Amino acid sequence: MKKIIIFSIGFLCNAVVFCQNTEELTQKDTTKLEEVIVLSRHHLSHYRQQKTLSSIDDYLEQSNAITMIKRGNYAWEPALNNMTSDRLSVTIDGMQLFGACTDKMDPITSYVDVSNLDRVSVNSGQEGAENGHAIGGNIDLQIPNAKYYGSGLKTSADLGYETNGNYKTAGLDVEYSGDRFYMNADGIYRKSDNYDAGNQQEVLYSQFEKFNLSLQTGFKLNENHSLDAHLIYDKATDVGYPALPMDVSLAEALITSLSHNYNNDEAFIETLETKLYFNTITHVMDDSKRPIVSIRMDMPGWSDTYGFYSKATAKIKKHKLLFNFNGYYNRSLAEMTMYPNDTNQPAMFMYTWPDIRTLYSGVYIKDAYTINENETLVGALRLGFHQNEIAKEVGLESLQIFYPQIKDTKNRMLTSLSSNYNLKKEQWNFSFGLGYGERAPSVSEGYGFFLFNSFDNYDHIGNPTLKNEKALESHIKVDYKSGLFRVGLESSYFYIMDYIVGDIEPSFSPMTIGASGVRVYNALPSASIFDVYLNAGYKMSTTLSASASLGYNYGKGSNKERLPLIKPFSYLAELNYNTKMFNAGLQLEGNGNQSHYSRFYGEDNTPRYAVLNLNLGTVFYKEKTKFVVKYGVENILDTSYFTYADWNNINRQGRNFFMNISVVLN
Amino acid sequence: MKLKLKHLLSILLIALLTISCSTDDEDNMDTSSVSEVDGLTLIQELTNSTHRIELYNTTGEFKTGYNAVSLRVKDLATNTYVEDAELSWMPVMQMPTMQHACPMSSPTKVIDKNTVYTGYIIYQMTNLDGEGWSLTVDYTINGIDYTVSDTITVIQNHNQNVLSFLGADDVRYIVALIEPSTPKIAINTFKVGLFKMETMMSFPVVENFSLTLDPRMPGMGNHSSPNNTDLIYNPSDGMYYADLSLTMTGYWVLNLKLLNENSEVLKGEEVTEEHTQSSLYLELEF
Repeated sequence: MKKIIIFSIGFLCNAVVFCQNTEELTQKDTTKLEEVIVLSRHHLSHYRQQKTLSSIDDYLEQSNAITMIKRGNYAWEPALNNMTSDRLSVTIDGMQLFGACTDKMDPITSYVDVSNLDRVSVNSGQEGAENGHAIGGNIDLQIPNAKYYGSGLKTSADLGYETNGNYKTAGLDVEYSGDRFYMNADGIYRKSDNYDAGNQQEVLYSQFEKFNLSLQTGFKLNENHSLDAHLIYDKATDVGYPALPMDVSLAEALITSLSHNYNNDEAFIETLETKLYFNTITHVMDDSKRPIVSIRMDMPGWSDTYGFYSKATAKIKKHKLLFNFNGYYNRSLAEMTMYPNDTNQPAMFMYTWPDIRTLYSGVYIKDAYTINENETLVGALRLGFHQNEIAKEVGLESLQIFYPQIKDTKNRMLTSLSSNYNLKKEQWNFSFGLGYGERAPSVSEGYGFFLFNSFDNYDHIGNPTLKNEKALESHIKVDYKSGLFRVGLESSYFYIMDYIVGDIEPSFSPMTIGASGVRVYNALPSASIFDVYLNAGYKMSTTLSASASLGYNYGKGSNKERLPLIKPFSYLAELNYNTKMFNAGLQLEGNGNQSHYSRFYGEDNTPRYAVLNLNLGTVFYKEKTKFVVKYGVENILDTSYFTYADWNNINRQGRNFFMNISVVLN
Repeated sequence: MKLKLKHLLSILLIALLTISCSTDDEDNMDTSSVSEVDGLTLIQELTNSTHRIELYNTTGEFKTGYNAVSLRVKDLATNTYVEDAELSWMPVMQMPTMQHACPMSSPTKVIDKNTVYTGYIIYQMTNLDGEGWSLTVDYTINGIDYTVSDTITVIQNHNQNVLSFLGADDVRYIVALIEPSTPKIAINTFKVGLFKMETMMSFPVVENFSLTLDPRMPGMGNHSSPNNTDLIYNPSDGMYYADLSLTMTGYWVLNLKLLNENSEVLKGEEVTEEHTQSSLYLELEF
């Protein structure tokens, strides 16, 4: 028994060490671009979160590295290094998933709930290449490991209410941890009506309802081998998207995996994890709740992914090695049926994603070399083969309207290289990294057929002849800590070649009624994205601390146009009071005037804003039962505002009182 | 899963192959006359005392617009199909005060068949009840002339696939959609016949004109499609050809503008925001 515990702890530590610069971070002053947001050892961290039951979107938004792009109150799209879905890889425990919506209404993060996860690992740029090829980086939503503590049954329940939007949440979690068997089942249900922006302005079509179920079981075969099976079922219905012309009547995902784990500290290969997985996503857009539309339409989409990975860690002297061999096969299909107002005319039909199959297989090798006590050097390489196939003849023929010469398959080789130097000396911590990476165009960029983007009001046509997008990147980070004071500076720069972006094609006629025109995905010769963050903290006493952060971002293409969705000057100041049984935090957050907006890509000037939040937390025990109560006020001054990341300038929530109660039965 | 699918597929393929083989055998065993109209449906038979003329096409009915017609001549005495007839036909529409014919081609023997002759007839109009047309077939076998005639039914096509109009040059023209007969979301081959009404009974092909093409979807903001080409005359078969891009299924209006050999506009206008449809157009639905 003791052995097992020691072993488990050892394994956990080991895992933690592998994630560089691990810090338990949930507060917004964390500006590590390469960071791990540890939600908790167990899923709902009652001590650390401002809101026990906040969504995964809320969690991610607390990281400065990530901005959430909002089309409503649900399914926010994460952006990392000012880059969104197409340039990021978002994975769940190393598993590839691809949203089934052509209009990015279902980022992968919307198909998991915080109750499913152990932590979120955010890796900037090519440091995120372990799970796949991306330019901006990787967000890996990590599922907890099976725990063989022998601690028996543990149950916890959570209830939450927020006044704004009459938002109700309920969660239940049951965990059994034996010596050789582990089981965890949890469910969470969320329902919100329309929320109010500042000054009690109701935002229509901002409601949502969802539930999420997760079941995890683990068997420990012997000291070295264990098996895990995991299943997540997530279903959202009646989701409003105030910023878009359509809502969603169904967003459903089934995510399953089976894995085998091998651990042996004494062998050359210390750990070997092999996972087989399958996931299927169905997404149905719906306009039946909108009273006035120019034309009624159905837009369902499906995405199925089969995949595997096998990763091993090994240690030779001062080298710590990580190998990852992975592959997946994805099928993306989306269609659109439009019903003419003149009922004598037949329905109009097209494939917006004409059954695109993506096959990928690649290897990743990373070597962390400890030069000496203070210095480490990390090098990583990923090589992969990527193939797209248009499986439907009608899909191929419809794209041949635009590209008569294309064939049904397209093969690519993808490369990623990165290196990182880290120096720790006394109060200083310095790191410098360089990287080169490539990515294949996304299904929409390569094969989308008249995808309407309400942001720039253009129909978008994919381009199967696109080259790989390539990026050179560098980043630097300096931290200084002296006594109770700390200050850090962090900056990264991306020089992107063959930057994929929609190009206006004046000769094409838009399909969508009211659209300004048609953009065809094309490559700009180059684009640059730069960001810099400065953060500082001061611990006034053991209970009281203050922190602040400033950020600046910049993005421009070689066509002299500003890139879209680049964060303006941002700031955050926070005052925290923490004791074991009580915590309080006052937060001021804001953005400067977005003067460098991109009119060319459909942006307008977003005015400056600032909001004030207050959060409080109390912990108390009644016999063996623990109660955690989190409460507070968001947007205390009921400011009416929107940010650069709010699609079509939809106002954010006004004043909101919230309370979460968690009960833990041991 | 994939493997299973593959297995299923191969079983299906084998099954299909065996089935198709067996039908081939049947074909070879049967008299060729039966298989020569395979896939065609009988429209009508025209009978006189000596012969029966069988008229076929794919749907089994005449409709306004372009009709590709196959026919056979059966000798009633010998009960065999005639292999060396010379045929001509004359469809006639009886109007209250006059009668007229329509554009057509003379039936010719189908190259690799023994008993089937084919030609086209383009009915530019019909009465509401489908009445009004009659078809006379004149044919010669071994130097002897025969004739047979009967009324036929021509059903009004749901879409405007043929149009008779007066050009700016005071000539009456007929334009008819021939292809695509089964449109798809793709670049379709667009084939159109253009004829002029020389007399009530003569409708020769118009050569070397051109027609501009602008397909639109009125049900969805009247949007167009990319990479279409204009209709150009092809001397080898006397028809006009173009590329027609259809980006989705549904109801399409193919706006046309007729230009003579001097590029003077005889009929039709540009489609603009205000003028959403040319006066010269064909319709398509799929």
